[in-house]
Amino acid sequence: MADDGGVGDGVDRTPASRADVCVVGSGPAGALVAHRLAEQGADVVVLEAGPRFDFANRREQQEEHIRPGMGDPWEMGGPRDDYTTAGRQYPLNAARVKGVGGSTLHWQGMVMRLHERDFEMETRYGVGADWPIDYEDLRPYYAEAERALGVAGAMDNPYAPPREEPFPLPAFPPSHSDSLFADACERLGIDMHSVPNARNSEPYDGRAACQGYGTCKPVCPSGAKYTAESHVRKAERAGARVVDHAPVQRLEHDDDDRVETAVYATPDGREHRQSARQFVIACGGVENARLLLLSASERYPEGLANSSGVVGRFFMDHLFAGAGGRLGEPTRQNHIGFNTSECHQFYDDSEPVEGLKLEFLNYAGPSPVMEALGADTWGDDLLEQLRDAYGTHVAIGALVEQLPDAENRVTLDPSERDDHGNPVPRVEWSLDGRTERAIEHANAIQHRILTELGAEVEWTVGPDATGPAYHQMGTTRMGSDPESSVVDADCRSHDLSNLWVLGSSTFPTGGAMNPTLTIAALSLRAADALEAAL
Amino acid sequence: MAALAAAGATVGGGVLAGRMEPPRASSERSASNGSDPSTEPSLSTDLLDLLDALAGVLYPDGVEGRREFVETYVLGRVSDRSDYRDGVREAAAQLDAVARDWEGSPYAELDADVRDRILRNLGVETADPDPEGPISDRIRFYLVDDLLFAFYSSPTGGRLVGIENPIGHPGGIESYQRGTMPNAAGDPNGGESDG
Repeated sequence: MADDGGVGDGVDRTPASRADVCVVGSGPAGALVAHRLAEQGADVVVLEAGPRFDFANRREQQEEHIRPGMGDPWEMGGPRDDYTTAGRQYPLNAARVKGVGGSTLHWQGMVMRLHERDFEMETRYGVGADWPIDYEDLRPYYAEAERALGVAGAMDNPYAPPREEPFPLPAFPPSHSDSLFADACERLGIDMHSVPNARNSEPYDGRAACQGYGTCKPVCPSGAKYTAESHVRKAERAGARVVDHAPVQRLEHDDDDRVETAVYATPDGREHRQSARQFVIACGGVENARLLLLSASERYPEGLANSSGVVGRFFMDHLFAGAGGRLGEPTRQNHIGFNTSECHQFYDDSEPVEGLKLEFLNYAGPSPVMEALGADTWGDDLLEQLRDAYGTHVAIGALVEQLPDAENRVTLDPSERDDHGNPVPRVEWSLDGRTERAIEHANAIQHRILTELGAEVEWTVGPDATGPAYHQMGTTRMGSDPESSVVDADCRSHDLSNLWVLGSSTFPTGGAMNPTLTIAALSLRAADALEAAL
Repeated sequence: MAALAAAGATVGGGVLAGRMEPPRASSERSASNGSDPSTEPSLSTDLLDLLDALAGVLYPDGVEGRREFVETYVLGRVSDRSDYRDGVREAAAQLDAVARDWEGSPYAELDADVRDRILRNLGVETADPDPEGPISDRIRFYLVDDLLFAFYSSPTGGRLVGIENPIGHPGGIESYQRGTMPNAAGDPNGGESDG
């Protein structure tokens, strides 16, 4: 009988006797690198804090999402995931997932490349920090990442950075709602274009084409939306071992600045020690920093790999700005749960310098079923209420860049403990005046478009109501200088030669593009460097 | 008859009991059921009969093929979810017990306006859907929300509102570019893609 760590499924959760690489976290960053290295013949062990979610249950999880009172479909929350927050309250568990596949289980699947300027904001504009790599360094890996994730897109975006080849899958055509915006935008000289989606517009890589369940975020029952489960499966087929229910508690190092061991727990309360030649931490923008801070040692009293003192600092997110209203005609919202048109025209503007991208929403206003479940009547009265609520909404969203600020940070909060007795993460996060002005700038463009469209603007999400897009970035920033950064251009720790940190925590600046394609590209680039180090 | 009498008293007082305690197995209550005092309330009718009667209250007037719909998309949907289905059956039994206690008749045999009044007098329209909560919360969760979810996440219900492929139903990829909703093709699921 295998030692399953108390899970009860008979799966062996004891450490592997030999591992070339130990990867902590099975989201896209960890899964892609695990797959590439296992393919090259490396012995790879992946330790995942959460469970493995059975794809057969996705319809049921979808129902859990739609229906109130059924709980979180991805089981987030509770002592395992506790956190504290200061400043502008940060809802840390709103969109992250602990489980095989990580937060791609929940994400919407928008996958844009950063622009050239995003890598050199300090040089160009005197704000933020330059990356130690530029767009050209990442460009081939962006292409590889698009193939890996199966990106549906088109070459119709005049503002996108240069690319070498078409997208692997054809773009999803514009929605009816997009077509309503088209004339107004044309009159205003605002260009609409397609959205790169990590979602199958046709069958790809063994996964089905999108069927339009309308609940991409947080559950895609068809499997058309990319999740990192895809590369976990590929990694396992290539020989990697993936251990779920195995939260890593800390990393331990030797006297030669090399990590020796990942100490992980199993549900039966025991700790296990996984040794390896190389260690990769890829557990998200908050937990990456937290794990390093939890791994403080006599030599690294401020946290592992933290001789710079910046682990946890420069926490960033993208801000949502939005506006919406109603038209005097059907707008056909909520057929699908993703967007088919955006505008990147204002992204590279220098006034304000913060990046901005506009999204023409295909899910403006309430969906009938969710409205029905929240109603306090039924029968004909309910139908009348639903007809009033649904049908004529339009909305434009936006992501707005937040520049790095050392005071926005993730620390450990010893006043609260998780289910293993570790201090919970504390997220200190606020917006400065320039970010608020950039949000107002986005609102002004949105209002112009809606007004031109003939819509009555009914709501605006501006600086007061804004919230994060749940793109946690910046807490283990990359850079050339070990005094001011945590990892180098290959995502290898400056301090410990066999420690690699992957994910959006390495971004020195975040632009205003959804981060996962860049996470994937950086992981594929790091995989090359890791392979050379083995 | 303690628990049900409590509910009856609430109605008598003209106040809706949004948080009334669930009936527990007791000699008084069971006596009203005419059943074994050691057991939970039992359904006096077929579960489908009760759910269909409830759908008659919850769904708009004039929905055709309602019973077939409930059988397929309510009972059928949860056929392999035994714990959940047990919750549905238990909540149905509780509602049925209330009907027999208050109106002297199984829920499914009552007139539509009486069925509606029982739900409202239980406070179900404003109850929190909670599978662990008091009876009104459990009726909201296992019965009312279940029936509304099945209906308005299907083309049958969606069409009435103006969307032939509502969220929760596979098929939006076929319809999101359309400017108008085509006429239904006439199948019991509303005529759109069944995915």
